Amino acid sequence: MPQLAISVSDLSKKYDTGFAVSHTNFEVPLGTICGFVGPNGAGKTTTIRMLLGLITPTGGKGEILGEPITSPEKYLSRVGAMIEGPAFYPALSGAENLKVLATLGGFPIERVDQLLEQVGLAERGKSKYKTYSLGMKQRLGIAAALLPNPKLLILDEPTNGLDPEGIQEIRQLLRKLADSGTTVFVSSHLLSELELISEYLVMLRKGEIVFAGPMQELFDAQQPYMLVKTANPSDLEKVISLAVSAGHKAHIRDGVAHIEGPAEWAGELNRLAFGAGILLTQLSPQLPNLEETFFEMTGSQK
Amino acid sequence: MISSIARIFFAEWRKLRRPTLLLGTIGAVSFFSVLVSSLLFLLIDSPQGNGDRGVKITREMLALPSGATQSFSSIGNLLGIIALCVFAAQTAQEYSLGTLRNLLVRQPGRIRLLIGKLASMKVFAIVMTIVSAILSIGVSYALAGGKNVDTSLWFNSDGRLEIAKTLLNVYISILGFGIIGMALGILLRSPISSISIGVLWLLIVENIVGAVKSSTLEWLPGNQLGTVATGGSEIITYTHALSLSAIYVFVALTIATVLFTKRDVAN
Repeated sequence: MPQLAISVSDLSKKYDTGFAVSHTNFEVPLGTICGFVGPNGAGKTTTIRMLLGLITPTGGKGEILGEPITSPEKYLSRVGAMIEGPAFYPALSGAENLKVLATLGGFPIERVDQLLEQVGLAERGKSKYKTYSLGMKQRLGIAAALLPNPKLLILDEPTNGLDPEGIQEIRQLLRKLADSGTTVFVSSHLLSELELISEYLVMLRKGEIVFAGPMQELFDAQQPYMLVKTANPSDLEKVISLAVSAGHKAHIRDGVAHIEGPAEWAGELNRLAFGAGILLTQLSPQLPNLEETFFEMTGSQK
Repeated sequence: MISSIARIFFAEWRKLRRPTLLLGTIGAVSFFSVLVSSLLFLLIDSPQGNGDRGVKITREMLALPSGATQSFSSIGNLLGIIALCVFAAQTAQEYSLGTLRNLLVRQPGRIRLLIGKLASMKVFAIVMTIVSAILSIGVSYALAGGKNVDTSLWFNSDGRLEIAKTLLNVYISILGFGIIGMALGILLRSPISSISIGVLWLLIVENIVGAVKSSTLEWLPGNQLGTVATGGSEIITYTHALSLSAIYVFVALTIATVLFTKRDVAN
């Protein structure tokens, strides 16, 4: 049995305009939830398409569930996927759309009703797809991805168009699937959601990998920091000077001083500020979250 | 291999059998079949003729064993255009709706997918052919008595052979048009573009080119397929039309297969 759900090495896709994906290397262990993040145009969807055999790589190699991506017929029966949002036949009902895919893949037709129930579409299964809201379309896409009872689930922006309750349901569903042994590879712009559920992370920028590994490893490499506010806003610059003099990086963003340093240093900063006659109204140590780390590592604008 | 093609066939059939498509197509086929058959008999005494492009088809001609299928065989072109539209739309919509990626994730064998889709559409063409045959022959038989057309030879052994031959020829013709439509769908990846270009070519370009230089009619694909349906004409022999149609269909299938199997599914 392979220990890796996904493994790619030097995987590239080059178009006339340049590399969409350039020499990427990453691995996703079995049974984990792996977030796949990157700014728009970073190459996430191109990578997913290569993993699913929809486009041919121009270089490198990859394996899914121990099988080479050059032979998708060897692994796709164990893979569920939703790529670039849901795509179905508008004139068919949700159930009929799933039956088309179940028939094609040789999966039991009875699974269709179970899956519609699982994603909360049981009551609208007989309605035509064209009458569905964006959230319902998204749910149907997830149901289609679950048809093969997959060992590996690849989802591209699964929470697009879902309301907060729907997002929470999908999060719980993915957690449940991972707990039952399904590997989930999920790309999303909702970084806070990924942070809540992912154990692994692959971060892409301009077609290149900037981080691939356990989420904790990413946070461990990031500096903790403090958010500081003063009673008199003009004192913020003085606080920055105090922090820089003490050897800490600091800057002001949106009227709040961001000062790098461990939580234990907060007391010392408070003492320095008090000594300089500055009254602090907020001094809160923070650990970097995925969103901030993402912006820092990808160089994207917040 | 065979079981996966069977699965593709049935998956495709789920799409083809939806009432709007199936009943809509049968409606169009029925309309043209009844219209052409009725005109053939109702205008039998008209000095402007009762056949294609003013051709006069007499009572004596209609009394032959081939009389029962006279109208059915002349509908071949119209049925072909309907098949072209259905095959083109069914193929191109997989690209325009983005559903091709779902199909390929569930069935990565692209040649198998194409064979299964084609097999399903072939059955759809059989349904079209049979509906048209029943209506054309039925209307012809119903109107023949009132117009003093002798039908005694229509259903004897020669007549039955004529019906079988015409059924086969019309089916081959419909299938040829359909495969060309399918190739256009794969090539252009848009139902509107593939249908409009196909119909524009068959209804307008071929007619204009044929009117300007009649010798080109021996080589134009739509005209060859139409001639196959009628079992040959005074200008084009059946063998010539069938051979040339086979070449056109082979070229269309080759282009469709290469594009479908080699092209990235990017959008």
